[in-house]
Amino acid sequence: MGIDFRHDVDHVLQDAKAQQKPVLLDFSAAPM
Amino acid sequence: MWPDERVARFVTQNFLPARVHVKDDPQEFKRFGERYSAPWTPTILELDPDGVERYRIEGFLPADDFLAQLMLGRAHMAFKQGQWAEAEKRFREIMQQLPNTDAAPEALYWAGVARYKGNNDATALKETARAFAKQYQDSTWAKKASIWR
Repeated sequence: MGIDFRHDVDHVLQDAKAQQKPVLLDFSAAPM
Repeated sequence: MWPDERVARFVTQNFLPARVHVKDDPQEFKRFGERYSAPWTPTILELDPDGVERYRIEGFLPADDFLAQLMLGRAHMAFKQGQWAEAEKRFREIMQQLPNTDAAPEALYWAGVARYKGNNDATALKETARAFAKQYQDSTWAKKASIWR
């Protein structure tokens, strides 16, 4: 089971507001 | 941190996960890094549904400690939203599931505070202080709770 991280952060923030769900925002330098 | 199944399950169940990568999304990394004052990696922010930062994890942690910090952040978010019973439940889950992590004594402290905020009964604080006499005695959180004895 992996985490499906999204990269369209602006849209994620909009979705969070609409769904009233928190956001986990990862600032990463790990190999992709 | 991320490949751990428990971490993945907790994140998926509790958050909309998003990532900005310093090399792959340099403009977004800079833009959101400035917005949230996050110039270093790894930095993980827990944002409430309005995009307000409620908890921050900086630096690598082993899976157990990382999961405990994620849980702690989610519990603090409930606390800051005045959801006392929900916050207490979430704090106590950390103590039950990950009792040997650095987050556990902090969770014990805040579980007591959340119970007190919910029922306005100072017994919750006294019981928390007594619990610290049995576990996590050397933690900073035990010192903070000592005034409740």
